[in-house]
Order: sequence, then structure tokens, then C-alpha cells
Amino acid sequence: MAAFGALDLRIPSDVAQIEPVVAEIVRRCAAQGFNHRQLALNLPVALTEALSNAILRGNGEDAAKSVRVRVSMRDAELTVEVEDEGMGFDLEACTGDPTLPENLEKEEGRGLFLMRALMDRVEAYRANGYVVRLTLRCGGHAA
Amino acid sequence: MSLHVTRQGDSLIVDIEGQLIVSNRQELKQRVLDEAESGARKIVIDFARTGYIDSAGLGVLVSLAKRLRELGGDIRLANLNDDLQTLFELTKLDTLFQISDTRERALESF
Repeated sequence: MAAFGALDLRIPSDVAQIEPVVAEIVRRCAAQGFNHRQLALNLPVALTEALSNAILRGNGEDAAKSVRVRVSMRDAELTVEVEDEGMGFDLEACTGDPTLPENLEKEEGRGLFLMRALMDRVEAYRANGYVVRLTLRCGGHAA
Repeated sequence: MSLHVTRQGDSLIVDIEGQLIVSNRQELKQRVLDEAESGARKIVIDFARTGYIDSAGLGVLVSLAKRLRELGGDIRLANLNDDLQTLFELTKLDTLFQISDTRERALESF
């Protein structure tokens, strides 16, 4: 199995940046034995949610702000840290249940729910900016 | 993402090729709303060539279904692969939409 090339990059606060970054991370994971479901659903959807949250909510699409993305793998566990320049949010308080009947027809409110459903762990902490850390075990979690 | 729109009888079929995500969801929303303004009421969205969908993409589908139903029409979904089907089940949106395994069945369901 090829060694996993860690990534550390900074992208502008532009949602057009999301798809190529996600594609690159998924491409690296494909060489590590992640299963089809993880490569086609868990990783791309959860990564897209984390990046769009950082760009739209954290940085408010401010062109002067950037998002840092760090990707590493250790002991068959992928870690992706997405850091924005925003004030942060309460991960627990902001994760609603979009599957409740009263929420089902709402256009928004599924992002954090999906991140948590599709990853093994989702954590958030303050560093230089606000960091959301996603963890997925290779071949393990399958929605 | 690219959209391919075709008419079949009084129905409209929208093929989504690529990812339906936050960066392109407005394109789908505007195209379908324009068609609805022009009188389209039966719309099938075909996901045979769709990669993944994020929460923004799901939100647009919910929003479009609400609008079409207000106008007396509806949206039907077709050709979801196993991963997309799982996404709809996780979010329980499989209870909000009628989902068919082929576009022909989706057209017949109106």
C-alpha cells in the first residue's frame, strides 16, 4: 500500500474550491483501502459539509479570509482538520435532528447532522482559528 | 455539474451529471423554477450520472418539491445508486420524495 501523503493547504473562502479539494483527499484515501461506500459517500459528503461550513459560516465568504485544511493518516485512521477564521460554534447545540417531522421540509439544517452520521468522530476546538476535526477509520464506518 | 433537460410528453426530465453541492445548487434551483414558471408541473430528476449530494443539494430538492406542490405539481426522483439511497434514508428524505429505480417508472408514477 502506498504511503499516505499528508496534506496541509490553505484555500480561499470560495465554495468553488470545495470540489477539487474533496477530490484530492478522496483520491489519496482510495489508495489506502477505504471501501467504496466511504469513498463515494462518507468522505465526500462530510468533507464538503466541513469545508462549506468553514467558508460560508466561519469566514462568511470573506475573500480576505482563508481556510486551512490538514489531512493525515495514522494507524488506519484518517484525520481531516478544517480551520476557519470565524468565532466558532457549539457543535452540540448546533446539531439538530433534521429527520424530525417538523424539520423534514426545511431547506437547511442537515450539514452537521450528516457530518456526524458519516464520520466516526467529529470534534471542534479553538486554535488560531476554529477547527473542526473529522476522523474516519479505514474500512470501518459505513453509513 | 451539468444539467441536461429533456421533455417527454407533459413531463420534464432533469439529468444531473456530477456533484450536486453548495457551489452549484443555485443552477439547479433556478433552472427548475424557470421551467415551473413556464408551466412545467411534472418533473423527474434523474440521478443516474450523479456523484454525491451534500446538505445544500438536498435542501434545494426539498425547496423545489415544496414549490412544485404549491403549484399543483410534483417532483419525482429516479436512479439513485445505493450510496445516494442511503443518504436519503439517513435524512429520512426518502419519506418526502417518491423514488423510482428507473426514469420510466418515475414518469409513470405521476
